[in-house]
Amino acid sequence: MSTEQAIQTYREGARITDVDALVIEGFSVYYETDAGTVKACDDVTFTLKQGERFALVGESGSGKTTLAMGLMRLTRPPGHIASGSVTLNGRDVTKLSDSEMRKTRLSELALVPQGAMNSLNPVMRIGRQIIDGILDHLDEDAGVPTKDELQETVRDLLIRVGLRPGVARLHPHELSGGMKQRVAMAIGISLQPNLIIADEPTSALDVVVQRQIMQTLGRLQEGLDASIMLVGHDMGLVAQFADTIGVMYAGKLVEVGPVEEVFSEPKHPYTTLLIRSLPSLQEKREFLGIPGLPPQLIHLPQGCAFADRCPSRFEKCDESIPQMINLGGRRKTACHLYEGEGQS
Amino acid sequence: MSTFLELDHITKTFGRKGMLGDGEVTVAVDDVSLTIDEDEASIITVAGESGSGKTTLARLLLGSHVPTDGQMLYRNKDFTKLTRRERRNFRREIQPIFQDPFESYNPFYKIDHVLDAPIKNFKLASSSADKRRMIEDALEMVGLVPEETLGRFPHQLSGGQRQRVMVARALLLKPRVILADEPVSMVDASLRATILDSIRRLNRDLGISVVYITHDLTTAYQISDNIMVMYRGTVVEAGTVDAVIPSPQHPYTKLLIESIPQPDPKNRWGSEPPQQNWDTGDTQMAGCRFADRCPAVMDRCQTTKPAQYLMNEHQLATCLLHEEKGAMENSDITSTFQTETETIKAIPVDMS
Repeated sequence: MSTEQAIQTYREGARITDVDALVIEGFSVYYETDAGTVKACDDVTFTLKQGERFALVGESGSGKTTLAMGLMRLTRPPGHIASGSVTLNGRDVTKLSDSEMRKTRLSELALVPQGAMNSLNPVMRIGRQIIDGILDHLDEDAGVPTKDELQETVRDLLIRVGLRPGVARLHPHELSGGMKQRVAMAIGISLQPNLIIADEPTSALDVVVQRQIMQTLGRLQEGLDASIMLVGHDMGLVAQFADTIGVMYAGKLVEVGPVEEVFSEPKHPYTTLLIRSLPSLQEKREFLGIPGLPPQLIHLPQGCAFADRCPSRFEKCDESIPQMINLGGRRKTACHLYEGEGQS
Repeated sequence: MSTFLELDHITKTFGRKGMLGDGEVTVAVDDVSLTIDEDEASIITVAGESGSGKTTLARLLLGSHVPTDGQMLYRNKDFTKLTRRERRNFRREIQPIFQDPFESYNPFYKIDHVLDAPIKNFKLASSSADKRRMIEDALEMVGLVPEETLGRFPHQLSGGQRQRVMVARALLLKPRVILADEPVSMVDASLRATILDSIRRLNRDLGISVVYITHDLTTAYQISDNIMVMYRGTVVEAGTVDAVIPSPQHPYTKLLIESIPQPDPKNRWGSEPPQQNWDTGDTQMAGCRFADRCPAVMDRCQTTKPAQYLMNEHQLATCLLHEEKGAMENSDITSTFQTETETIKAIPVDMS
């Protein structure tokens, strides 16, 4: 392991190594409906380094959750993975058998779901739910842990996520929203995964609890030397938490880059508008929304999907779909404005 | 100056003391006094986390909770002594907008249904042409195109559009007060602006007072005139947003403001704040409710209940750190509020 950081970040204590934890190439998830094919996630390519915090942002319907679920192979019919590969620790998970994939989840790849309140079993004690996950995904060759060992693991996990060990004996309804989210995190890290996917982990929580949860998640991730893919739409949270940001619009990744650079100098007009629409605590000003609505994924235009709402639109935008252009220094964008600035 | 609604030392508790006085009692709203004025329409933010009592306060304002203690006055008349007709008028004059723009609709009915119902209910229109015109006006007021909205089903509209239809529905009734409980927390950031903007226009153009309930202090700062911050049932800080947000005086408000994820990656959060201790029951807390989490806690905080201290003309804080300022004589927190002078005076609507 090299001591040098593989990528530039201002985050304190970041340990990012030059090891590819997750490589997604040309990944597409389509939904087949009677009205036609919905390209919910279309031709997405990006890489996560070990120890990196990658935030995937976009409005509802932009395909961010579809992508996250797709790479965990949790897409439900009529959705299916149409193309592409997802390489996790050197293995393409799209080619794994269902039972292999099942083992991979939780042990290599964990999900901290959106709305943890609905992901826990209401009639099962917390401790039992954590043990269930461990037993279900454990590598059988390594031997089954004893009851005492499991109790000890549960105790340890609860302390690590900032809960009293006594919580193991409680039922979900006895916990607050933040505590439930902590339990979901305990389940997520129970088998020390090296990639944690957190899908809007704090969307239903208050700011103070949100901050506590995100900071606990960050601490856990650093402790495991894992990578995180944070899915969400809260740009403030992304700015606080992530090293790298990927912006999705209408099923496509339109911009990728280090958080600091994207926030100070966004390239894609959508990213620019998104950052400008954030209300500030420093100054009062007129609200700037993004005019118009995202296109329906079933009737995508021939050219750029953002063209209708874009202030910098020109002829070419209606003619062809912009390809991802490498702008150098880990920055990429898919916009016709930057053609000719590309680097290989 | 005429008051629309006045809350005088209102307390609301849930649960009851057991026979031996050992039962669990949750004090959801603790001794809150405030006034909503009719002539000077302002936007008041009620901020706080879950369990702070902000939704209970909203329900009290809507008249759907009966206060355990204290008095509520509607147009200077005791709320419990209203006639049926007055009560009906009250229900028209204060309109709620809820958090979830998905659950407010019956998916089997077209959008028109939620707009027809109040007109029918309160017999607002004399003919169907009149009704149509009213609906179209209300939709245009919130920035929607009637032709693109009417005749559609809820699932055909975006979350932002659905929420704006809810604002239009409230508008049809020509309310004096709109009570918006987290109206944008389930809507995408890019669409939030349009909803908040339409709410603000109602206030500025039509002179409707708005009670904006939220935990998002950034939007509160942007749209409201005044703010009250609640913590476990008590108002910990109140005043104009221009006084409170840049210079919070209560440790809880400070924590709340520091915890807002600022969209600035170069300015990240400090260390993890302490968790709330839910094990301490409300009934055992003699002193300040925030004492167990407060970074500036003193011994006295555990035993002495802080009063409301006036920091300056437009700001009060309920914290013993400011005790030397002396307790406020007037407990009405709205006495620190200020309304922008450019607000158009409300035109009284005669509904009799």
